[in-house]
Amino acid sequence: MPLFNSYKIIYFSFFICLVAAIFPLPIMFNAFRPDWVILVLFYWIIALPHRVNIGHAFIIGLLLDLLLGSVLGMHALLLSLLAYFTSINFQRFRNFTLVQTTLLVGLFIFISKVTLYWIASSMQEIVLHRHYFWSIFTSMIVWPWFFLFMRYLRIRFKVI
Amino acid sequence: MVACCVALLIADSQFKLFASARVYLNSIVSPIQYVADAPQKMFSSLSENLMTRQALLERNQQLEKENLHLKADRLLLGQLQSENKQLRELLNSKRQFKYKRMITEVMSLRSDPFTHQLLIDKGASDGVYLGQPVINEQGVVGQVSQVGSTTSRVILIVDASHGIPVRVQRNDAVAIVHGSGAWDKLNVPFVQSNADIREGDLLVTSGLGGRFPAGYPVAKISRFEYQEGELYATVTATPVADLDRSRYLLLLWNDDPLAGADLTLDSPEVLDAPVQ
Repeated sequence: MPLFNSYKIIYFSFFICLVAAIFPLPIMFNAFRPDWVILVLFYWIIALPHRVNIGHAFIIGLLLDLLLGSVLGMHALLLSLLAYFTSINFQRFRNFTLVQTTLLVGLFIFISKVTLYWIASSMQEIVLHRHYFWSIFTSMIVWPWFFLFMRYLRIRFKVI
Repeated sequence: MVACCVALLIADSQFKLFASARVYLNSIVSPIQYVADAPQKMFSSLSENLMTRQALLERNQQLEKENLHLKADRLLLGQLQSENKQLRELLNSKRQFKYKRMITEVMSLRSDPFTHQLLIDKGASDGVYLGQPVINEQGVVGQVSQVGSTTSRVILIVDASHGIPVRVQRNDAVAIVHGSGAWDKLNVPFVQSNADIREGDLLVTSGLGGRFPAGYPVAKISRFEYQEGELYATVTATPVADLDRSRYLLLLWNDDPLAGADLTLDSPEVLDAPVQ
């Protein structure tokens, strides 16, 4: 059952990234938390576009909304849009070097941060913190190692 | 897909369509929350188990002493309570202090970066309701903003969308405290320049609005400034409760919203009566 097996791994990685997204950290380090959800989705859509699609991104986004207690649909909208852009360009992104994808991840997370801020500010009164954009850099630092690790996992468990 | 998301956004934020469905939706994700909270819980239980006998004995002794003091205070409190009741009866204004309460543990998980929220491990199955006041041993913490079946979310008083009616303990001047979005700062808007508020004044809940019971400490005034020519003074306060550090909170059941309100408008008539 290769199909079942690969979905098992993919869903397990989604579960882990959702846990990592809300895992308790001291307030000091909270702003430096990498955007695991975006990294995991980005990787799977580039690697296996026939397995992971916009629908998955939408469901993950909804779950993230519920977990973070934000307005329902905020992360769902954002992740679906990112998934759409990634899945129409996955051929190109696959041929990028690791440095290029790192920059691309940074760009994606920057866009997501700005969009989230924009959506949230149109819904309710909010305050922007100084540390809000730091996670872009930590995500970019984490990405190459994360990418290699995920590729190792994918080959090791024969996820196709 | 995009239309679907936008529809969801609008439905949730503008029309609150999902208020009832959120209970079930929140219970779907609660396994993930429990998994994420598990390591923290394990560490705290480990550190509890790994205490030395000496430390335990010391702690026990200390708690024993504290208990004695508190019990002694309580003796006095009972007497004061009955005296207060008598005086209140003389003034013909009734006020109740009987509130049901429940201890709850904070699941220290991350929330939306734009808001200040906490997740607690009690939900609709424990009788938690929307807008329920939440305090700790120091003062008011916030109120319940979302209810799941076994977990709920508490919006803190420092959140930018939160406001709470207060009065100054020293002279009963009423005001409203708004959250500022920073962890240790609250704003007190619409204060007249000549209002009798000083730095260091304690603000307690006034019970107006009926959501919070009256008399719980909320914040201390940290700054009072008036610039000549401006309409209102700029007043800021710091919350008295350690919002980011408390592990246990108390949920209050405020049964009759108006019972806690300070209905001072009634009393002048009563006071006038004997004069005439």
